[in-house]
Amino acid sequence: METSSVLKEGTAYLVRRKRVALIWHLIFLAATIVGVIALTTLLYTIINQSFGLVAVQNQIEPESLAVDGVPLEQLSREQLVEIFKTHVSAGVFRRYDAEQPFAERSRENVYALVLERVVQPRYVKTWPLSQALFNRREIEAEAARDFPQARLVFRSWVTADFLRNPQSSAAELAGVRTAILGSLWTILITIAVALPIGVAAAVYLEEYARDHWLTRLIRTNINNLAGVPSIIYGMLGLAIFVRAAEAFTSGAAFGLADPTTANGRTILSAGLTLALLILPLLIINAQEAIRAVPRSLRQASYGLGATQWQTIWHHVLPSALPGILTGTILAISRAIGETAPLVVVGASTFIVVDPNGPFSRFTTLPIQIYQWTARPQPQFRNLAAAAIVVLLALLLIMNATAILLRNRYSRRI
Amino acid sequence: MFTISQLIKPGRPLLKNGDEPRPVTVYESVSKRPEALTNGSQASAGSSWAIEARNLNVYYGDFRAVKDINLQVHPHKITALIGPSGCGKSTLLRAFNRMNELIPTARATGSVLYRGQDIYAADVDPVEVRRRIGMVFQKPNPFPKSIYENVAWGARINGYRGNMDEMVELSLRQAALWDEVKDKLHQSALALSGGQQQRLCIARAIAVRPDIILMDEPASALDPIATLKIEELMRELAENYTIIIVTHNMQQAARVSDYTAFLMMDADRAGMLIEYGPTRQIFTRPADRRTEDYITGRFG
Repeated sequence: METSSVLKEGTAYLVRRKRVALIWHLIFLAATIVGVIALTTLLYTIINQSFGLVAVQNQIEPESLAVDGVPLEQLSREQLVEIFKTHVSAGVFRRYDAEQPFAERSRENVYALVLERVVQPRYVKTWPLSQALFNRREIEAEAARDFPQARLVFRSWVTADFLRNPQSSAAELAGVRTAILGSLWTILITIAVALPIGVAAAVYLEEYARDHWLTRLIRTNINNLAGVPSIIYGMLGLAIFVRAAEAFTSGAAFGLADPTTANGRTILSAGLTLALLILPLLIINAQEAIRAVPRSLRQASYGLGATQWQTIWHHVLPSALPGILTGTILAISRAIGETAPLVVVGASTFIVVDPNGPFSRFTTLPIQIYQWTARPQPQFRNLAAAAIVVLLALLLIMNATAILLRNRYSRRI
Repeated sequence: MFTISQLIKPGRPLLKNGDEPRPVTVYESVSKRPEALTNGSQASAGSSWAIEARNLNVYYGDFRAVKDINLQVHPHKITALIGPSGCGKSTLLRAFNRMNELIPTARATGSVLYRGQDIYAADVDPVEVRRRIGMVFQKPNPFPKSIYENVAWGARINGYRGNMDEMVELSLRQAALWDEVKDKLHQSALALSGGQQQRLCIARAIAVRPDIILMDEPASALDPIATLKIEELMRELAENYTIIIVTHNMQQAARVSDYTAFLMMDADRAGMLIEYGPTRQIFTRPADRRTEDYITGRFG
């Protein structure tokens, strides 16, 4: 009787242990749920702002531009040019004509110009996705009351035009092309500088350096540097790259920029600053990857009469490569999202010219997002959300590329 | 318990005299046979030792792992190092090609003479030592490359200039692996079985044409059939190479080796050479009481 009841209900001690186990189980579950909720909220906010209803109000209604009953979209090129000429100032017309003579422009081009400069659609109010889906009737009533001339249009803020257009002070026309190009240029320089230095330093520390107080000090400090706030790196970049090495980072030393106007607030300075920022991360990751290469592999190589360099080059580095690439992915993800050090180094807040090399002024996606969220007009919040979507997509693409590369190398072994 | 007559293959002569000619090497750096190394204290018909430890001590930090070892290894014979766990067999083995140096705290005193040259002399390059004194490890550790590359790599980095395909085939044939892998030379070596991987490691070791092959418990991770194959292979290799093997398996030492060295720890846990002689003698008429206790299984 004793045994069977104990087997079924357990001793008091077992019951107590099971209760403790259940409590921990619930705590871990709760932690996971909190994390999922936080992530979902983040995604919801971004998606919510990236799509929605807009009330579009035209400066001049397209109907009023109809000629002899023919609607605007069916007019010929010549008629459109005529409309354009009568509605904009002579100066504006001359400027566009100088850009590309109207005689050479296509009908579609002129039609787009008429829409942009003459019809001039303006977003007078925007509503996020959640309201657009669930409060459609109230929004229609509000729009009819407050903006009788406006049309309600459902739109996504992430469009091909958004990716193609440079920055603009008009929310309707603003895009992220300059920011994407700026980000890509900066990251390119960051990788090109940080990856070789990081891997080389890791190889030296793991394979060559003897274990004594100096190397231990260096290792400890690399670990500490990985935790230094990024704004400190921004100050460092400002002092060294922007100020001290101005002749070099502005391109003046190479004769690529006018020494009187050039300054060091360039893509090169930003890339070098970010390279400094991710260098400790890269070194630590590469060290871990090199340390994880089995000792037996090194022994096999040395046992055949290989030199240290042959062992490292033919066996240690190929085996560590997947790990090094993983670390690089993490480091680059961090660099591409950095804002603070670039603000200090001097990213431009408003720039409409594409960066064309390491010595151009620049802006990056995070800077652009930061700057748009600081604007008072509500439309720019939607633009910021759309830019976040672009930034996340860019990150995903880069990570996917790196993972594909890594898998290819792992398979080859 | 076992009797020695069951363990040693019948019909196999324990001692062979003279050195068979070794295969022709195409290495530029190696052209000579071991120089005759006359040793006055030894009366064994003027034959030179393949390698010889003199007053060898190996330390890990402050710990002395092996103590005052004096050991002369016969060329083209298999010498087994036996002894209880932790007695310094593997340390002694690795001291023969300076592999211990990969452990940062390890250091050696005394000398190891190879062709009359102390390999621990200041001007000797351990890389060249390891090329001439190869090693096969306890756990099969092929490179994560193709079978072909595993064999070819060592030869290539050592400056081999001959026909690589022939060299790979010859090495694989010598390691008794050719017939099993000739159709999948360019597949990963990691897809082979444990026993095949170990024979590949042997093929890889002989591809650089060493004089001496050190084997650190080469069959301890393998099943009995694979073990037998490795042992047969070792007998064949002994025609051309000097082999020193560490083994925990006394039957294996008795089956395969020509000479046996018995090591044991002293009170400081430092390994000492207790007895060394022809295998038959060690296993049938040991001179030292401790050797007898060990091989009859009374301790260890």
